[in-house]
Amino acid sequence: MAEIVLQSISHSYEAKRGALGEPAPGRPAPTYALRDVELRWRDGGAYALLGPSGCGKTTLLGIISGLLQPTRGRVYYGDKDVTALSSRERNIAQVFQFPVIYDTMTVRQNLAFPLRNRGLGAAEIDRRVGHIAEILELTEVLPMRATRLTADQKQILALGRGLVRQDVAAILFDEPLTVIDPHRKWLLRRKLKEIHKQFHHTLIYVTHDQTEALTFADEVVVMQHGSVLARGTPEDLFRRPAHTYVGYFIGSPGMNVMPCEALRQAGGARARVGAYEIPLPATFEATALGGGLELGIRPEHIVVLGEAEAGGLPVSVTAVEDHGRFRIVSGRLGDHRVKIRIGQASAPESPAGSPAVAVGGTVRVRFQPEHICLYRDGRIVAPIVASIVASIVASGGSSAGEGPP
Amino acid sequence: MIEKTRSNKAWLLILPMTIVVAFSAIVPLMTVVNYSVQDILGPNTKVYVGFEWFRKVLRDPELHAAFLRQLLFSFSVLALELPLGLGISLVMPRRGWAVSASLVVLALPLLIPWNVVGTIWQIFGRTDIGMGGAALVKLGLHYNYTADRVDAWLTVLVMDVWHWTPLIALLCYSGLRAIPPAYYQAAAIDGASGWSIFRYIQLPKLKNVLVIAILLRFMDSFMIYTEPFVVTGGGPGNSTTFLSQFLTRLAVGQFDLGPAAAFSLIYFLFILVFCYVFYTVMNRVGQG
Repeated sequence: MAEIVLQSISHSYEAKRGALGEPAPGRPAPTYALRDVELRWRDGGAYALLGPSGCGKTTLLGIISGLLQPTRGRVYYGDKDVTALSSRERNIAQVFQFPVIYDTMTVRQNLAFPLRNRGLGAAEIDRRVGHIAEILELTEVLPMRATRLTADQKQILALGRGLVRQDVAAILFDEPLTVIDPHRKWLLRRKLKEIHKQFHHTLIYVTHDQTEALTFADEVVVMQHGSVLARGTPEDLFRRPAHTYVGYFIGSPGMNVMPCEALRQAGGARARVGAYEIPLPATFEATALGGGLELGIRPEHIVVLGEAEAGGLPVSVTAVEDHGRFRIVSGRLGDHRVKIRIGQASAPESPAGSPAVAVGGTVRVRFQPEHICLYRDGRIVAPIVASIVASIVASGGSSAGEGPP
Repeated sequence: MIEKTRSNKAWLLILPMTIVVAFSAIVPLMTVVNYSVQDILGPNTKVYVGFEWFRKVLRDPELHAAFLRQLLFSFSVLALELPLGLGISLVMPRRGWAVSASLVVLALPLLIPWNVVGTIWQIFGRTDIGMGGAALVKLGLHYNYTADRVDAWLTVLVMDVWHWTPLIALLCYSGLRAIPPAYYQAAAIDGASGWSIFRYIQLPKLKNVLVIAILLRFMDSFMIYTEPFVVTGGGPGNSTTFLSQFLTRLAVGQFDLGPAAAFSLIYFLFILVFCYVFYTVMNRVGQG
């Protein structure tokens, strides 16, 4: 086991290896699946690689595992340059989107297969297979044909083929819960967490499902169009998304983003959105203010004011979706769409009673200043969070771009 | 509860299909059944003879010989074409222009009418003007498919392999292409050798395709008629007279409709039973 480092990885499925750079005259530039990715995966960490379909996350996984050779850049496991090594030599394990099992073998033979291929003795193979089967609760089905397992058991078996090799550098998951029934998903996810606690393997988990990513990982890497947009703990990504896209992508519904202008006034900093002014926290004084900004606020952080409360911004309600424990209100603030998440009963912030929220009506709302983020060109300028700065530095400044001065 | 709507008019919907099947299969088959239990002496004179023809046909030593010859031929064809077709599909290109090129080349023998295939090989094997036959003779071999039983057999066999191996190769190729890449990737990660990949991934995944290929080739080769008829005419002697040719001689040559009908039914039942048993066994094997 070792730290995994990706150094300026670029990949194009069209270009020849090492041939990236200037395209030949008269030929179109190759399209990149990945572009200058810099990442460092701590040994023993649980990571999620989150992004929409086609953002390059599976490509990145293939490059880590050695199934793909990057067009440019280097992959290190610890100090060792493994860029040119095959999957087998890199000694990683991978669980695929649908369960890959060897149909004609029993569960026991499936688990023993990677060990047999590496020439281990029969006694040692038996011992390890028995041990892992015990942990994965597969002992009872060991003599069964692998095809007779349920989908989630098959996926556990696929994971087991990685775990029997005790020295794997990392276990990679490529959307492993896609074909699993919803009610078995959480079981499998819990099992993964247990295994992580027990073995301390580095786990890298690719998904487009934010719930999976946020519940599984210690740290989430968000990708878009072949580059890393942001990385951070689930908490960071939710509270202070480094990029408006991350704000949209994480959270349900995503962050409200609207163009604004930040002004410094006698009463403190304010953001002007259309005809309305919204107070900003005092800490924003120090940061670059001005025009051309975007204001981001989570639907959870907009409070609907009660009858008795004065002030607030008028939002005309266009739709209300009932989600059981909460409601999502869609509305318009001036020209801008806004989504608000409110509780089913009266919000604690408005003791005056449940505000009347009806389609066609207008509610008055307040943006909680401490949860407002400001963006310029999609990247966060305020507030500045220490961990985000750290991640920008760690990833060579390519992920979050130029920070504020 | 939702009540299901019941209407007997639905029977009308399957009527067209029933009529088509009746005329294409049931009526002709019943005519054969009718012939098989009668002795037809002339256009209007026929006698009911019961199972007499079946008894006679089953005891006919010439038919026994043709039947064994047929079995040997069909199994030889399968034994040659399956490994060869599978092997070709494994080495066929996977991407680029070579895919289309190899597919077209492979499909060519399948596109040639059967009697033309026979004619091609009949000429190809001739020792005076045929490229193959003349070349063998030039090499000093005593090759003559019109006189030598073994040569005749080999010629018909090689012709069938040439004609139908591409079908198996194409079936296997499509089966191989349908295997998701994740299986190969998992095998690479598990450190599997090339043989292991074939044994544990490709072969199991090709099982269904191979079952279809075996059934198709068995049925087709068991009913082979045109090509050997054109090349050897069943000779020399009876050495390449397979079942259909035997049947044709009985029905059309000698106009023994009764025995020919009885034999047709036995022939039909044998193929049916063989395919059923084979298919069932393969399905059982699949379920473990």
